[in-house]
Amino acid sequence: MKPAMRILAASLAIAAALSACGGDDRAPATDARPAASDDTGGSAKGDFGPPQGQPVEAVLTSPPNVPPPTGRTAPAKVIVSLNVVEKEMPISEGVTYTFWTFGGTVPGSFIRVRQGDTVEFHLRNMPDSKMPHNIDLHGVTGPGGGAASSFTAPGHVSRFRFKALNDGLYVYHCATAPVGMHVANGMYGLILVEPPEGMPKVDREYYVMQGDFYTTGKYREKGHQGFDMEKAIDEHPTYVLFNGMEGALTGDKALTAKTGEHVRLYVGNGGPNLVSSFHVIGEIFDKVWYEGGTRYQENVQTTLIPSGGAAMMEFHMEVPGSYVLVDHSIFRAFNKGALAILKADGPEDKTIYSGKEVDAVYLGDQAAGTNRAPVAVAAAAHKAGTLTREDQIAAGKVLFAGTCSTCHQPDGKGMAGVFPPLAGSDFIKANPKRVPEIILHGLVGPVKVNGKDYNSNMPPMSQLTDDEVANIATYVLNSWGNPGGQVSREDAAKARANKPANASEGH
Amino acid sequence: MRRLAALLLCALPLAGLAAGGYVRLPGGAFRSALKYEDQKTVRVAPFELMDAPVTNAQFLAFVQANPRWRRGNAPTVFAEARYLQHWAGPRTLGPDALPRQPVVNVSWFAADAYCKAQGARLPDWNEWEYAAAADELRKDARKDPVWRERILAWYSRPSTSALPRVGLQAANAYGVRDIHGLVWEWTEDYSALLVDADNRKQGDADKARFCGAGALSMDDRENYAVLMRVAMLSSLQGADVTPNMGFRCARDAR
Repeated sequence: MKPAMRILAASLAIAAALSACGGDDRAPATDARPAASDDTGGSAKGDFGPPQGQPVEAVLTSPPNVPPPTGRTAPAKVIVSLNVVEKEMPISEGVTYTFWTFGGTVPGSFIRVRQGDTVEFHLRNMPDSKMPHNIDLHGVTGPGGGAASSFTAPGHVSRFRFKALNDGLYVYHCATAPVGMHVANGMYGLILVEPPEGMPKVDREYYVMQGDFYTTGKYREKGHQGFDMEKAIDEHPTYVLFNGMEGALTGDKALTAKTGEHVRLYVGNGGPNLVSSFHVIGEIFDKVWYEGGTRYQENVQTTLIPSGGAAMMEFHMEVPGSYVLVDHSIFRAFNKGALAILKADGPEDKTIYSGKEVDAVYLGDQAAGTNRAPVAVAAAAHKAGTLTREDQIAAGKVLFAGTCSTCHQPDGKGMAGVFPPLAGSDFIKANPKRVPEIILHGLVGPVKVNGKDYNSNMPPMSQLTDDEVANIATYVLNSWGNPGGQVSREDAAKARANKPANASEGH
Repeated sequence: MRRLAALLLCALPLAGLAAGGYVRLPGGAFRSALKYEDQKTVRVAPFELMDAPVTNAQFLAFVQANPRWRRGNAPTVFAEARYLQHWAGPRTLGPDALPRQPVVNVSWFAADAYCKAQGARLPDWNEWEYAAAADELRKDARKDPVWRERILAWYSRPSTSALPRVGLQAANAYGVRDIHGLVWEWTEDYSALLVDADNRKQGDADKARFCGAGALSMDDRENYAVLMRVAMLSSLQGADVTPNMGFRCARDAR
């Protein structure tokens, strides 16, 4: 080994030693878990003996709430009573759907028990239900996960028992034929089996579950929508949602947190079909108990949650603002509803995140590769005294692409709320002479264009020659339904000398 | 096809008049959506089926004539406590049980007794499935996705609102009405629909429990309507009642 390499290796060893000493709060050691090389022993080590003390009635919560920690140190008999309710609820604004639910919500009630607990499960199917239902809990050790033992006709109640031998976060769902339809109608939820020592303490816990929905009508088509079996079999969902309704976790119903808090999410995916690429925009998961299991990965951007699977994730809030929970298969977020908001309140910390500091126009390299021949043609024609409006329009088009289209867009439509449109612009129509003036002096402050308010800062484009300004202005006036006309080099020179009140000072 | 439609149009008013009447179904080889291990198709003998489910008025006449089937009289092993619970009294229909609504909250035993009192019987599953495969024009419409959609529409409505009266829907190609979209219906052999309570195990059923040919599984897994009927029937005991389970009677062709 060369001396230099040896030094590098030595410093790496020191770094490793340092992180091992300094990382107490992050090391798995605090979880009272065996060292990483050992395993938990699984179900074979999960039986802590018969239940002790009086039976306990489980606290069930509706999403996005999570029941408090069990706080128990010995195995108990836990009674879970879950109602199956078929009910019409909104799936989006002005759109209703008949959901089949565990506990009257989608996803169903959150169940929290401790490893080693004996769970006595009562599944009650409401008398006015149309369908029989059952429950398969992935946290059950036994054939069908409880499905056969809990098959319940309308107006009946079934009871079965299981011992929660494995800790972790598990999906439960209905498994009555046609299984896919029962799941697609919202029959799923989560059961957390805490490890014996409980979950590490955090400031807030939330319950979020993704599901895909198949309606006979299109996305956001108003009225009552039925289940579309063909779309479900083809796996073409109309909606992909968190907590069963578009907007279930946005606006007033957004999840909340404060800066400085540790937040844990319990996230499940009911399916029936899609796998979720779960991501929180603007946060990095400090820890992800991937697949809802025993171990965690640290520093994760996006975690995969399979259909019929779950994950727990934790993060520390540093910066206030809105954080968007999405399925990063991103069309699902913006075109099918898979979007939720976590709103963090607290003081800004500009050292971690500044917010926007500069908003400047970046011109690129004047549309590299554009064929600039029309510009030369116009220049020559001008010299020869034969310049036509058409020459100017052709030249202006090339110049526009290089100078103006970055903001006003190649089609002149601008960007709603940011860059005003030039296409069919009532602002231009009202005073076509403004065009060369604005090009040369920019525009600052509020303007109303086609009924929309804009308040931006367009820098002066005084680097353009009078010829170029005349050609661009002529092109704009003769395009996209604008009133037409022609701007000459002399007009441009006049405009250059005539600085209006709302000119930009540039940046 | 057009002639068939014309014939149907003529037949419709007649069928409407003969509420509670029977229509004749020719039967024959029928491919069930259920998978039988020993045969590809089932043989349905010619039979007659009521053109609409039994109504509250019809069932009231039955309990008037047969006091032991009145609510309160029927033994609980044959009809659970909720038997005819929506009736105002043992011999009074009341506001929640209009005469022309299909009778519900009836147990299998009560339905069986009703049919026997008419000199008829409950249809068996094959007969019911055979009659239910038809739409207004075709005797087997099961492959038509639009028709399937129509059937599923019923399942996508909650059953909390009042039931419509019988006979509101157009008759199917056999002249049978309301076989979809109104109520579940008992079949004579419902308890022989040996579906595992966890029917995801298709084909790997609990052989010890279902001796002989083993449990049924689905041959046509896209036929959600049949899947759901079977699931519903297999969840019930003979004395059970539900607010949307009714029945109609059948008899051998004369």
